Amino acid sequence: MSFFSFGQTAEIDIVLNDAETRKKVEHKTEDGKKDKYFLFYDGETVAGKVNITLKTPGKRLEHQGIKIEFIGQIELYYDRGNHHEFVSLVKDLARPGEMTQSQTFDFEFTHVEKPYESYTGQNVKLRYFLRATVNRRLNDLSKEMDIVVHTLSTYPELNSSIKMEVGIEDCLHIEFEYNKSKYHLKDVIVGKIYFLLVRIKIKHMEIDIIKRETTGTGPNVYHENDTIAKYEIMDGAPVRGESIPIRLFLAGYEMTPTMRDINKKFSVRYYLNLVLIDEEERRYFKQQEITLWRKGDIVRKSMSHQAAIASQRFEGSATAEKALAQAKEDSN
Amino acid sequence: MSEPTVADTRRLNSKPQDLTDAYGPPSNFLEIDVYDPQTIGVGRNRFTTYEVRMRTNLPIFKLKESCVRRRYSDFEWLKNELERDSKIVVPPLPGKALKRQLPFRGDEGIFEESFIEERRVGLEQFINRIAGHPLAQNERCLHMFLQEESTDRNYIPGKVRQ
Repeated sequence: MSFFSFGQTAEIDIVLNDAETRKKVEHKTEDGKKDKYFLFYDGETVAGKVNITLKTPGKRLEHQGIKIEFIGQIELYYDRGNHHEFVSLVKDLARPGEMTQSQTFDFEFTHVEKPYESYTGQNVKLRYFLRATVNRRLNDLSKEMDIVVHTLSTYPELNSSIKMEVGIEDCLHIEFEYNKSKYHLKDVIVGKIYFLLVRIKIKHMEIDIIKRETTGTGPNVYHENDTIAKYEIMDGAPVRGESIPIRLFLAGYEMTPTMRDINKKFSVRYYLNLVLIDEEERRYFKQQEITLWRKGDIVRKSMSHQAAIASQRFEGSATAEKALAQAKEDSN
Repeated sequence: MSEPTVADTRRLNSKPQDLTDAYGPPSNFLEIDVYDPQTIGVGRNRFTTYEVRMRTNLPIFKLKESCVRRRYSDFEWLKNELERDSKIVVPPLPGKALKRQLPFRGDEGIFEESFIEERRVGLEQFINRIAGHPLAQNERCLHMFLQEESTDRNYIPGKVRQ
């Protein structure tokens, strides 16, 4: 939302055509607040109207052209000057001229590619937004409208369990197992810790979810670790042969899908950290990466044809083909 | 149309626990007592020794029970050896109390009963913390301190293998 004008001669407003029906989602802003934005998927059309309202009717507004842009960009907080635009579309709304009264301009960006998910992190931000600009000789008037993009996936073909035996020689041997290596954001981590050898005095055991945001390349790589969750799974001292079950519901935590090397600029990865603490507060731990993905919502009968095309974009989904057929039926 | 599936949260398969493991004695028994302070010698050449008794069932220790006498400087020696050879952060010892060793004090200085008791407690905490550390258990100096008659300052430092 930005106005670059002294004494606003005109007000710019961007309104989406499907503002009534389109879903809104909460997304964290840079300062930690949560706001609601329109939700889009890859391939969906972004269409609407730009309303330009003259503040003092009768007073002319001279301009060098009016346009609207759809931008997807990555912003590294330590390098604010450089925005890395990976999507940049523009539509001209009016040639240079004069406005004598308030006007509305239609626009449509058809089947826009939105390859990455919107992300606001500790050191980097990836956002999509519409920007309407009235070019003027001295200073431009412009208005931005942010949208949020989610990337969807389907159940991966290969989803092996994670099973490993680790320990300290002659002191502590455990075998841990997690039922999958790839979890969706509302999934449950089901696992177990089996104690093969216990020669230390364990006080309790917990499992942590750690988010690691990596920015920069080469020698300037920076990792920001954040412990998203700490979940105690055992209290007391185990003995040999005991098996401790794990049941960790991910829906309760704020997480994003795993993002690997997005546009070669940043990554967001998640790790499970199994921590055992002994009576002298010594910590023994084992970290293991998991892949998080976002599952699409249940396909409803009234889903629009557009969204059906969007869902078609994920790999070989029977659900998507059904949805497309259903949507075609509905529109006939 | 896909129905929302209820998440499968059943436990993973596990071997049933052996009853001897379940009800047997824990294999992490390690207890060290520092007690019975005795002040030996006369005048300026006095010093206090403590009895260090260890009971354990950890296989890494050769003797399951041992009893030795050690003085404060022996504890200091152990701390220095571990700081040099092992990668661990060694917990602190109770203070050296140099002030108490100055002349013209109203009390017994380092042979004051309350001070000895304070030091005994600190030494007991120290040795228990360090002996339970898996990396310290690999050091020869710890085994020599706990289980041999005297600490040989000319020993060859090294690791212990089971």
